[in-house]
Amino acid sequence: MSHRKGLEVSLGISEAIKACDVDVISAYPITPQTHIVEKLSEIVAEGELDAEFIMVESEHSAMAACCGAAAAGARTFTSTASQGLQLMSEIVYIASSMRLPIVMAVANRSLSGPLSIWGDHLDVMANRDSGWIKYFVENGQAAHDHMFMAYRVAENPKVLLPVMVNLDGFQLTHVIEPIELIEAEELGDFIPPFIPQIQLNPLEPVTMGPAGTPAMFTEGKKAQEAALRDSRPVIDEAWEEFGKRFGRNYKAVETYYTDDAEVIILGMGGLTGTAKSAVRSMRADGRKVGMINLRLFRPFPDEDLHKVLSGVKVVAVCDRAMSYGGPGGPVASELKTSFYGHPDAPYIASFILGLAGRDVRTGDFEHVARRAEELADIGDPAPYELIGLRE
Amino acid sequence: MTQSDKPRWQELEIGCIVTTPGSTREYKTGDWASSIPVTDPAKCAKCGICWVFCPDMARFIDQRTGTYDVNNFYCKGCGICARECPTGAITMQEVGD
Repeated sequence: MSHRKGLEVSLGISEAIKACDVDVISAYPITPQTHIVEKLSEIVAEGELDAEFIMVESEHSAMAACCGAAAAGARTFTSTASQGLQLMSEIVYIASSMRLPIVMAVANRSLSGPLSIWGDHLDVMANRDSGWIKYFVENGQAAHDHMFMAYRVAENPKVLLPVMVNLDGFQLTHVIEPIELIEAEELGDFIPPFIPQIQLNPLEPVTMGPAGTPAMFTEGKKAQEAALRDSRPVIDEAWEEFGKRFGRNYKAVETYYTDDAEVIILGMGGLTGTAKSAVRSMRADGRKVGMINLRLFRPFPDEDLHKVLSGVKVVAVCDRAMSYGGPGGPVASELKTSFYGHPDAPYIASFILGLAGRDVRTGDFEHVARRAEELADIGDPAPYELIGLRE
Repeated sequence: MTQSDKPRWQELEIGCIVTTPGSTREYKTGDWASSIPVTDPAKCAKCGICWVFCPDMARFIDQRTGTYDVNNFYCKGCGICARECPTGAITMQEVGD
């Protein structure tokens, strides 16, 4: 049976990958992802998991190895962060266009420069349009659980897309949390065997990743985009089934005190835990504040967000990434786009905080909620505000 | 091929995978050529240099005479054969309309 254990979140991911009976792991160590793959290399070396651990000279090669393995029908895993994700980026796009169900844990970390090993979402946002399904998890339990979700969704014959599970570097990867571990024998058929539609097989040769002429490329991209959009019912079904079997319930848009809220704070990842505390304390002061934890970034859950946010006075979007010279934080700008022309659109305020591991405290969310209301009253579509900036 | 002869997006194999081995043979790269090599068999020394240098294996030997000619279905008109021919047997001719 499941047992609760005090465990570093990184190791919780390694244990999940072991339980998922992965065939091929290829990775290159980079802070703060290191413990995930270090533990997995031990697990493979000790014979606890019958898998190939392919040592590579770079993240570019790690993703290339995963592509080859997945194309041959293997269940594959990799993990990276920051500059590593940037270096592998070329093949990240190729994995999705080749429809290979690779699962990758990204220990979100900032991008140079200045050089920073600390956490934010700049790395994943630089790969925003890579065509992967993208989860953001808020704690160790969600990180562990979403590895199972990832394989179930990725390998579903209706999906066949790679899945990225994003977790905050250090603030999640390196903390010890109580995690209820799911063991292999408890999984049952939650993750059915991976059966590729077409695979690399010398007896039936195919060409994967061919050149796409101008006459074919547009249709290829439409098919890829449609597959990503159509993955949504499978993503929801996985969460539902997981809830039934393991008793923990997840959804794309998790709401907290939103029913009568006038101001809703929206964020992704670990900071939503702090935001919850802030909401509780603001509620105790009689303020009508709520929170949304956006757990699914791709495919973007427009309709779910419209259901919760239509008619709300103001939404304070808290991004951990910047878009230099652009329209504000990436999540805020997506939300604005999503609500454009919508008659019940809330005022959407964009805040950027927690860059490169800077602490985000409950007081920051109290400030954000107040400031968002002020901006809504002014009605000025300010591009964004940086929280905690020394001016 | 016109737009309507080509597959719709719903008809493509997953990941644009090509499931017919060797189908590249049907791809007429000769369409790319703006000029094509013309060989004078009288000047051809039968050395095979053009065959060696052709990056598309579009040069072939005439088994009857031993001289070399070009397959215009594949020749992209790069002109390497004409440049390398030691006897000047190959000249590039512009493709008309």
